[in-house]
Amino acid sequence: MSQSEDKVSENSAEKKQPRQPGENEQGNGSSGPILLLFIVGLVISLIIGWVIFPKLLYSQKKQPIDFNHELHNQEVDEGCISCHFFREDGSFAGVPKNEQCAGCHEEVLGESTDEAILVEEYIAKDKEIPWLIYSKQPDCVFFSHAAHVKMAEMGCKTCHGPIGKSTSLKMYEENRISGYSRDIWGKNISGIKKNEWDRMKMNDCAACHKEAASAKASASKRSPQLFFDLLAMVFPDAGKPQKTEACFVCHK
Amino acid sequence: MKIDRRSFLSFIIGGAAGTTLSPLPWKLMDDMSIWTQMWPWTPVPENGEVSYANSTCTLCPGGCGISVRLIDDRPVKIEGTEGHPVNDGGLCVMGLSGLQLLYGQSRVKGPMKRVGKRGEKNWEQISWDEAISMVAEKLDELRSDGESHTLSCISGSDQGTVPELFKRFLDAYGSVNFTRMPSIDDSYELVLKLMHGVEASAGFDVENTDFLLSFSSGILEGWGSPVRMFSANGSWKKSGGKVVQIDSRLSNTAAKADHWIPINPGNEVVLALGLAHVIIKDSLYNKEFITNYSYNFENWKRVVLNEYSPESVEKVTGINKTIIRALAKDFAGAKKPLAICGKGQGKNPGSTSEFMAVHALNALVGSINTDGGVWAVDNDKQNYIQWPDVKKDSVAESGAQRDRIDGAGTENYPYTRYLPNRFIENINSSNESLVKLLFVHGANPYYTLPDTHNVRKAFEKIPFIVSFSSYMDETALNADLILPNHAYLERYEDVPRTRSFNRPIIGLSKPIIEPQYNTRHSGDVIITKEKKMGGSIAAALSWENYEQCLQETLGDKWETLNENGFWVDETFKVPGWKNAFKTPTLKCDFSYNELFSLPHFCILGIKGDDPSYPLALIPYDSMRLANGFIGDPPFVIKTVEDTVLKGKDMFVDINPDTAKKYGLVEGSKVILKTPNGELKVRVHLFEGIFQNLVAAPRGLGHTGYDKYISGKGANVNELIGTFEDPASGHDAAWGIAAQLIKV
Repeated sequence: MSQSEDKVSENSAEKKQPRQPGENEQGNGSSGPILLLFIVGLVISLIIGWVIFPKLLYSQKKQPIDFNHELHNQEVDEGCISCHFFREDGSFAGVPKNEQCAGCHEEVLGESTDEAILVEEYIAKDKEIPWLIYSKQPDCVFFSHAAHVKMAEMGCKTCHGPIGKSTSLKMYEENRISGYSRDIWGKNISGIKKNEWDRMKMNDCAACHKEAASAKASASKRSPQLFFDLLAMVFPDAGKPQKTEACFVCHK
Repeated sequence: MKIDRRSFLSFIIGGAAGTTLSPLPWKLMDDMSIWTQMWPWTPVPENGEVSYANSTCTLCPGGCGISVRLIDDRPVKIEGTEGHPVNDGGLCVMGLSGLQLLYGQSRVKGPMKRVGKRGEKNWEQISWDEAISMVAEKLDELRSDGESHTLSCISGSDQGTVPELFKRFLDAYGSVNFTRMPSIDDSYELVLKLMHGVEASAGFDVENTDFLLSFSSGILEGWGSPVRMFSANGSWKKSGGKVVQIDSRLSNTAAKADHWIPINPGNEVVLALGLAHVIIKDSLYNKEFITNYSYNFENWKRVVLNEYSPESVEKVTGINKTIIRALAKDFAGAKKPLAICGKGQGKNPGSTSEFMAVHALNALVGSINTDGGVWAVDNDKQNYIQWPDVKKDSVAESGAQRDRIDGAGTENYPYTRYLPNRFIENINSSNESLVKLLFVHGANPYYTLPDTHNVRKAFEKIPFIVSFSSYMDETALNADLILPNHAYLERYEDVPRTRSFNRPIIGLSKPIIEPQYNTRHSGDVIITKEKKMGGSIAAALSWENYEQCLQETLGDKWETLNENGFWVDETFKVPGWKNAFKTPTLKCDFSYNELFSLPHFCILGIKGDDPSYPLALIPYDSMRLANGFIGDPPFVIKTVEDTVLKGKDMFVDINPDTAKKYGLVEGSKVILKTPNGELKVRVHLFEGIFQNLVAAPRGLGHTGYDKYISGKGANVNELIGTFEDPASGHDAAWGIAAQLIKV
């Protein structure tokens, strides 16, 4: 019995000894490559996420005709709504149809090739121009221009930016997954915006609506109601929901 | 540098940390969520300018005004026209679903020539020129052979410019065989001819009646103009008007009526005369009318008093004599009572005796041409079609001298105008080929005529059939050539009458959308064809095209019609009794036997008195089942209960006692057999039906159209035979002997 026990302890001592230097080696020498590879992984994924991914995500599409907003703006009397008008029933017409263009462009004006395309390809053939719309939202989003432009008296620029001063149409960048323009998420992939019109996501709507709602609330100077205020903090949708903030206001 | 497991993990962790710090996962998540809501097969309505265009629905004879909602140029919804005299904003489920017919797959997309055998669905697209030449060639051939009379036309209506163009063409060509599809209009027109001596349609002032006695008429099943009847029914509920429904099955109308009186089917005439008996005996009738405006009332009275006492009526109808007495008193005691008849939707004419008895009941209480009564709406009043007479050449003259194939207007049926049932029968029984060329317009006889088996046989005997249908219906499917008409939302057409409406009215069907396919207006086809044929036929029609024809014909009404979609004769007042009757005596004629050699009031039986058929099959109608020339589009078929149609199986109603007798339970599969054929169906146990009856829904079992309309249930017309009314020759079958065989 004892003989065999000795043998076992001998064997284990022998085995332990050569492992010692190996462990030290790993402890000292491998911390370098581990950290390095961590950084490499970090950098590569950051490059993929911040640089390559946005490039892959969007496809570039050219508008059928290059349109000069500034030039047209000078020609019309009522600014944007001369072409982007409200219909008699109050609904917003959006992008003009051939009918509006044909008022002036029945025949080719000037020498630009875009002008020739407009007249020959679309107006003469009575085919609507397949404009790519930068601000197009999904069908489930209900947006009333009348409520914002007419009732709240907001300018077009607030959401659409200084497009009226542009001399040519920028490249339309289409999101390969969702199918919408890059302008909805914003040019900046991080989602940070400098101007109000840089993004058109739900939060951008919400930010403005919240502001308007709180301005309204402070203006009404209601007496503090502790219980209801607390309730509203815990359950923002409970109690009296702000009409402009309920989900179904926009999501029909 | 050796990359081991730990360093690899470190790389991955670094990558994961970097990815988390980059917008990639967050942006992807957002895009994916949008993507899931934006699958390409999700229908997204186009955005555009909203507008409405007024037109008239022509899917049934109801003549409702429709307002079509358009987004830019595309119709997206059909609504009822507010303020329209017929439907005032209301619309039925079929009318609402009309866009599915416009855009659906059952449209015929251009002129087509049959290539394979009939019904094989083997077609070749041809040009319009070729198609019209084909017909013109056939027409020339028949005419030069002296067989112009073998051209026939079956039409859904006989009023309005398009049916008139067909009639005119037949006139100039040399044929008298223009036939209208059957309906209660046939019977009511005959009654007004016999009793009032006028060529008129029956209109009912239903809005103003306060007691409606309905002899199996489906007020809520689509009788008359369905939407108008629905709103009238609503107004009775508000005003306290009473509805009594006499029906052999607990129909929706019966269920919603104030009283439902079940009756053995076919005995309505006896009940009507039983009620007349009580009214006369108790002297409850309108003395002013009877004394001053009736002729031969005494003879009629004698028959009614002798033969139709409540006791004897009870024996036949199964209705208790106290109920008969009470009903008669209530009816006669009401201020503005009205009795109507025509079973279900009124798709088929009925027994002349029954229609005359019900009309006599109205006459007894003075409800003729009065507020809340039945009015004779003079067809001439709204007859704006004033075309010069056709100058006939010798061929046309000789064709006009011939008798009609169906025998209408001949010695046997002197006052009957159309007999489609006899048309089919005579083709089948004749050794010669009576019809060599058949036009079918606005009708689907291959499906809707009862006794499908015989209709099929008759069609087989006709060598050349031309269908003008917009849809691939059963008749088109079995035709040789299809010259598709524009669909109803793509064409102009006048709708000169609304069934059961009590004022002259014209509706205008307008093109709401450009024709979607290579179709052509049937009016234009007739005009072009005539031009091709030259001679007196071309001279009969001098219009350039149909639109010009319509515009000229409507004259000063055109503008009103184009603007409102309808024209109604505002000057038309309650006709009253004075000068209303054009009979030889200028009175309402009660004589039946003497003047017109009509047989005595008779109860019409049904086909099949063989004891092996112990039951009677009666078809029933429903608002949810279209059974005219068009079938149920998907929106409508979805509303049909699963006790009527489940999957592809059709259900027939039987009494639970009958089920017990045959060892059947709810949903059991059976073979429903009649002398005309058999169908595999399932049974629905229903206490609202007599033990000796089986009720089957009408409007199922299409074989034409598209996969959404066809193959659902069975066509009850396959089982129903015709039963000729001896007085008029009309098909007056209300059912057929039947048996159930357990599978």
